[in-house]
Amino acid sequence: MDNMTLIAMVSIMTAGFTIAIGGIGPALGEGRAVAAALTSLAQQPDSASTITRTLFVGLAMIESVAIYCFVVSMILIFANPFWSQAAAKAAGV
Amino acid sequence: MHLSSDELIFWQYGFAQLNLTIVTTWGLMLLMTFGAWLITRKLSEDIHISRWQHILEVITLGIKSQIEEVGLSNQQSRKYISFIGTLFLFILIANLCVIFPGYQPPTGSLSTTTALALCVFIAVPFFGIREQGVVGYLKSYTQPTMIMLPFNIISEISRTLALAIRLFGNVMSGGMIIAILLTITPLIFPLLLDVLHLLTGVVQAYIFSVLATVYIAAATRGEGA
Repeated sequence: MDNMTLIAMVSIMTAGFTIAIGGIGPALGEGRAVAAALTSLAQQPDSASTITRTLFVGLAMIESVAIYCFVVSMILIFANPFWSQAAAKAAGV
Repeated sequence: MHLSSDELIFWQYGFAQLNLTIVTTWGLMLLMTFGAWLITRKLSEDIHISRWQHILEVITLGIKSQIEEVGLSNQQSRKYISFIGTLFLFILIANLCVIFPGYQPPTGSLSTTTALALCVFIAVPFFGIREQGVVGYLKSYTQPTMIMLPFNIISEISRTLALAIRLFGNVMSGGMIIAILLTITPLIFPLLLDVLHLLTGVVQAYIFSVLATVYIAAATRGEGA
């Protein structure tokens, strides 16, 4: 198996695993956050606007971890430096 | 695959390029400045004010009340509302204009979001020093003990990075998912994702400005409260 095939194979597999495993944690965390928000909304409906705003801010913070994993997998697929280096070397030869 | 609007270059001279991101950003700036100038030409203080002045007042008072709820007090919010309000309005309008066909949001390019995050990164020490003096602000890095000094510095840098990547990832992922789905499914599904894209654009604009407010409040409050 030559260099380019190896790089392509490892990059694609890693990209898949990154986004698959990286999406589990934030999804679980957001589920718990929304559950806690719903409980406190049921107990104190008067402060609904504060609770909703805090919920959205918290959700965006949790979401950023998933976004980091997504950006890494996008880099691996579309802007892979090792792949461009190997392709340049193969084209040069 | 078209990754960001940095790739469409109109004109290049050395390493300085005029690409779509810059053109869109300048277009947005001109639109907002010209619109604001048009509306505030004739401000009136009667009971009956024009519709556009009403809209601007609602927006400005809304931003001011949000800043006060997050942590800054009443007098201080007047000092920072120009910076925070500009951040919020620019990101909001940049994300909402995806309604127009053929428009690519400049916040979908890492260069724009990094520039905005760098503005916050420079503004927080600037406001902190203006509020507390150089010694007082630098002393806040050694709170609560001296051992925390490298951790405080690292957290300062990493949260700037997080601001940039959060906004970039949210906007770019929406655009890319819609582009991919358009080649696979009929029109209704990408339309629903377009609506979700609008919602996330508004939420991300709000998050960016609220986080900037929280950092400024933490830097300017110091050991008082």
